[in-house]
Amino acid sequence: MTTPPPARALDDLPALDLDPFDLDVLRDPLPGQAALREAGRLVRLPRCDALAVGRYEDVRAALANWQDLESSAGVGLSNFRTEPPWRPPSLLLEADPPAHDAPRSVLARVLGPRALQRLRAGWAADAERLLGELLDGLPGGAAVEADGVIDLAAAFPLRVFPDAVGLRADGREHLLPYGDHAFNAFAATDHPLVVAGAAGMAEHAAWVGEQCQRENLAPTGFGAEIWAAADRGELTPAQAPLVVRSLLTAGVDTTVHGIGALLHALAVAPGAWEQLCADPSLVRVAFDEAVRWSSPVQAFFRTTARPVELGGVVVPAGVKVLVSFAAANRDPRRWEAPDAYDLHRDPSGHVGFGMGIHQCVGQHVARLEAESLLLALLARVRRVELAGEPVRHLNTTLRSWESLPLRLVV
Amino acid sequence: MTATSAPPSTRRTALRVASKDAVADGIVALTLVDPAGGRLPDWTPGSHIDLVLPTGEGRQYSLCGDRWDARTYRVAVRREEPQLGGRGGSSWVHDVLAVGDLVEVGGPRNHFHLHPAEDYLFIAGGIGITPLLPMVEAARRLGARWRLVCAGRTRASMPFLDELAELADSTAEQDDGERLVVVARDERERLDLEPLLGGLDARTRVYACGPAPLLDAVARHCPPGQLRTERFSAAEPPAPVRDAPFTVVLQRSGAQVEVARDVSVLEAVRSAGAAVLSSCREGTCGTCETGVLAGVPDHRDSVLDEAERERGDCMLLCVSRSRSDRLVLDL
Ligand code: FES
Repeated sequence: MTTPPPARALDDLPALDLDPFDLDVLRDPLPGQAALREAGRLVRLPRCDALAVGRYEDVRAALANWQDLESSAGVGLSNFRTEPPWRPPSLLLEADPPAHDAPRSVLARVLGPRALQRLRAGWAADAERLLGELLDGLPGGAAVEADGVIDLAAAFPLRVFPDAVGLRADGREHLLPYGDHAFNAFAATDHPLVVAGAAGMAEHAAWVGEQCQRENLAPTGFGAEIWAAADRGELTPAQAPLVVRSLLTAGVDTTVHGIGALLHALAVAPGAWEQLCADPSLVRVAFDEAVRWSSPVQAFFRTTARPVELGGVVVPAGVKVLVSFAAANRDPRRWEAPDAYDLHRDPSGHVGFGMGIHQCVGQHVARLEAESLLLALLARVRRVELAGEPVRHLNTTLRSWESLPLRLVV
Repeated sequence: MTATSAPPSTRRTALRVASKDAVADGIVALTLVDPAGGRLPDWTPGSHIDLVLPTGEGRQYSLCGDRWDARTYRVAVRREEPQLGGRGGSSWVHDVLAVGDLVEVGGPRNHFHLHPAEDYLFIAGGIGITPLLPMVEAARRLGARWRLVCAGRTRASMPFLDELAELADSTAEQDDGERLVVVARDERERLDLEPLLGGLDARTRVYACGPAPLLDAVARHCPPGQLRTERFSAAEPPAPVRDAPFTVVLQRSGAQVEVARDVSVLEAVRSAGAAVLSSCREGTCGTCETGVLAGVPDHRDSVLDEAERERGDCMLLCVSRSRSDRLVLDL
């Protein structure tokens, strides 16, 4: 057993005057994340009545430690033990073992290698078609201007993912706003982005809820496979629609923003595009490095389940702890020149998909989407450059682009 | 490259024996820890690890400790007498392995998942309590109703009865009688399955682990859809579907290998350079489980259930073969 840590009170922890959800902070989160890392291993955030970790080692340790840092009290700012959640909690993201076990193992299998192997060829063809729509008929050396978000990063996942789930064609426009609000809702209910998003929510949520029912899902696809698992008793019939809901909540916006970050990186990082053209086997590194570099999901909270030693201090039960993936992914203690997007680096071990039992269960799907699109782009395009000032889309939890003007030279 | 962890079937680490205690007649419990004091890989109820013997063979033992303690694994090992079919693994654990020793461990892996239910009936025969103990703890935490029947030769031969009694005591009252029933053959009548399983509520899920005769008897009394069992000895496999050789492709390395009639897929892929860990080599332990990316396996193991066989996305390389000309494996 370890010896008890030196007695230090929570009040002795360094305090940082930072509201991670403040709109100005969301516009440019990097300075706050650096301040968090430099302030200490465990930091108080008096403005949101929480603690925070931002150094790589501490973030990783916190993510691994599901026993002491629970998720079922919510992974946003609000504590489900004292405040009712805005929707029934996720059976994956907002659950702890043992309740978490069955949904996780079902979804991990449904989104596993065999399922993806079946999709690979079709997605490659879809990506080629998408680029054909943008580029067909252009003479060599010509350029076309496109919006990296609308025409590529959002277009591709929206083309392939809902089909893979087995969603019907009409109503898919609800997916992005639903996900956007779900990720905003990890901040306080009176946050301006949460208030703004709440307006159209009833309609989006109703559509999403309907699509999770068996009769609305195609007979093949991720959705049908989740229901088949329920038929085999691996899930209860009450759990199945909520597991489908997890796919629809977490499987669209995150991928769009991950691919957006990838395209942005390739347009602005000196030499990256050329390097990739010279060695297309770097496509997987390119995506994971983009996820490290931009952290499409910036942070989640955990809640102490019992008194636990963190950063040398014993934290009592019931305290919210912000775990900053984004800060860890640029911690100079772990990464050399962390602010550089660098295809020479090995991004393995980044925490952009989280880590531990809650690590993104759809990460292989995200990788395959990015890889399919990027390979098609490499086959058709000689150069990618910015054609204007990109505009941020603000979300309390996601880091993303509203628009990314690109010039594609064929 | 990107973060692809080694498939569980090839993951091996050396753990230290932190304690070794007699927990029942002929049964020792081992507590294993990381020599550096780190966290051990997460596991779920029903999981087992492989202990690798000095001969290089592995033996499977169910994890029966506390998941909320991330730094220790606990397994319990019964001494099998060699003349009764034991193959030396248990006597090595009992007689040779000592506190402080390092032991190679593979896994953990789970072929005996606890599916969600409102009501569980657990049936343990002797050492078969080991995978069920963490399931009982999970059922308690989930707030499900549960009953556990432990059967054995004598009370002294059944491990963990005090822990189980504590679990029963710490679970909220239930209206239908005893939660924990211990049937020691030298004290009471034999376990009578008829009253236990006849008229079983359709929502009750039965998890049973123990010697084959007990499991066979349970299977005779219990509707198949409600029963999950783990058995430690092989079922008699049917003849292979095809006699002709077939080709196995190793997706990650790109290697191809021809599998002749008298060679197992396991031997074939190992000769092609894939480091697949194996143990029982008779299709009972699950150590050699490998993902199937294309082709149709001819399942000949005792690990996968019907649904898992039908999905065809994994196979046990030591005994299973191919129905198709070609199998693409995730290796
Ligand atoms: S080695 Fe045991 S199932 Fe194959």
